[in-house]
Amino acid sequence: MQYLLMIYGNEASGKAATPTDMQQVIAAYGAYSQALVAAGVMVSGQRLQPSSAATTVRITNGKTAVLNGPYADTREQLGGYYLIEAADLDAAISWAARCPGAAHGTMEVRPVWAM
Amino acid sequence: MIAAGKIIAVTAGPESSPAYHAAELAARQSYGRLIAFLAARTGDVALAEDALADAFARALVDWPVHGLPDNPQAWLLTVARRRMVDAYRHQRIGEGVAQELAWLFDEADAGADAACTIPDERLRLMFACAHPALDVAVRAPLILQTTLGLDAATIASAFLVAPSTMSQRLVRAKAKIREARIPFRVPGRDELHERLDTVLEAIYAAFAEGWADPAGTEARQHNLAEEGLWLGRVLASLLPDQAEALGLLALMLHAHARRAARRDVQGDYVPLSAQNPAHWDGAMIDEAEALLRQASRLGEVGRFQLEAAVQSAHAARREGGNTDWAAIEQLYAALEALTGSPVVAINRAIAAAHAHGAAAGLAVLAGLEGEARLADYQPYWAARADLLTQSGDFSGAAAAYERAIGLERDPAVRRFLQQRLAGALTG
Repeated sequence: MQYLLMIYGNEASGKAATPTDMQQVIAAYGAYSQALVAAGVMVSGQRLQPSSAATTVRITNGKTAVLNGPYADTREQLGGYYLIEAADLDAAISWAARCPGAAHGTMEVRPVWAM
Repeated sequence: MIAAGKIIAVTAGPESSPAYHAAELAARQSYGRLIAFLAARTGDVALAEDALADAFARALVDWPVHGLPDNPQAWLLTVARRRMVDAYRHQRIGEGVAQELAWLFDEADAGADAACTIPDERLRLMFACAHPALDVAVRAPLILQTTLGLDAATIASAFLVAPSTMSQRLVRAKAKIREARIPFRVPGRDELHERLDTVLEAIYAAFAEGWADPAGTEARQHNLAEEGLWLGRVLASLLPDQAEALGLLALMLHAHARRAARRDVQGDYVPLSAQNPAHWDGAMIDEAEALLRQASRLGEVGRFQLEAAVQSAHAARREGGNTDWAAIEQLYAALEALTGSPVVAINRAIAAAHAHGAAAGLAVLAGLEGEARLADYQPYWAARADLLTQSGDFSGAAAAYERAIGLERDPAVRRFLQQRLAGALTG
């Protein structure tokens, strides 16, 4: 079964990080990604550009409305994701807890709709 | 009492028929086991419940005609699992999944037939229901529903929630178990402690809800205490090396042993200190004491063992002994350090007053002033009133009694408090 691990974090604190901090975070994510691959659970994973680069699109009454900014303007924004293969929710939770994002933000674990 | 019984009552004829009794007995004895077995294999609690309800309904049609099967549990399981496989085939997933499921069940049946019993997976079911990914308010109700078959309305009334709200919560929780694939598994050593606490708390919540109705006027609540006790027994028998599981059972047995003594013949409230130990259930207390000793040998102190130890100290009065209030005060102090609960502090205050006088008790209560959670907590005001009466501050006591009376929902306890208030007013 697949689970999407969504990494939510405060973008402002990310911007305020020193280059050394940043390097550490990047290295931690690198190690985490490698661990996922080595365990054979990684499906995919990406870091996202900040929400200032986001655009929302919606069609209302046949008209396409394009707006600048993310869907929800909250302090914590989606910063990246991992799609993993796990036996059950406990296995997915234990991977989410190891993600560096769990320490500097919040991880949301969502099961993927099985077709 | 249980949902399966209700289903039977709705679908079957006279309640006096042997088939009805056989079905009800099978329901009572095996409901939780059958649900656990069916749900653990599919991850689908709601489907397991529907299938089992259907099996009970068929039993009432079949058993009066063909006689009782040799193994009613196995009969019910066979019918229920067929129904589940059909449901998968028709609505849910593909033929492949249904086949796989049928095979899974067949394999399990072979094992079940050999032993004439169904493997007991209730513990795995309880841990799934107590999973931290589920809303904390639904865990205890879900455990009660799945292991005992209580319907949503019964659970709702016990937890003082509207039936529709409770029903919705239960439905959502079952959907989450299925969709997020919450595992049916007893957690490993590293997680067991934390998860076990949730299960223990759920069972205790059920028991306490039932115990809070000492008059026994609410049959449903009365049953909840019994069911909580029963689940406690199941848990203690399945996890005999978990000190807190034993401690919880000891605590419930001690409390339950005093059930009858909490009311006099007029139905008026009798406080623990005034209860006649002859009205306590001695066998139950013996069992509780043995469990507590067994738990203490495991060398892991916890909340439920400490609370049971307090009960044990009270039970000493049974052999003509005096209550060792200094020991009780220490137990409450340990409990307070563990839980940080202001409710525990109130009990420590009462014990301190017994051991060292009212002033000592009031000093403990003074430390709680400004605690917002106590503003509408009846026992705090009743304890305060009692200690103020003892220290001769009758006007302070009267005000505190007024507050306690206004917060109490049990009429018998309210009458008791009103008598105490009258006593305080006359000095």
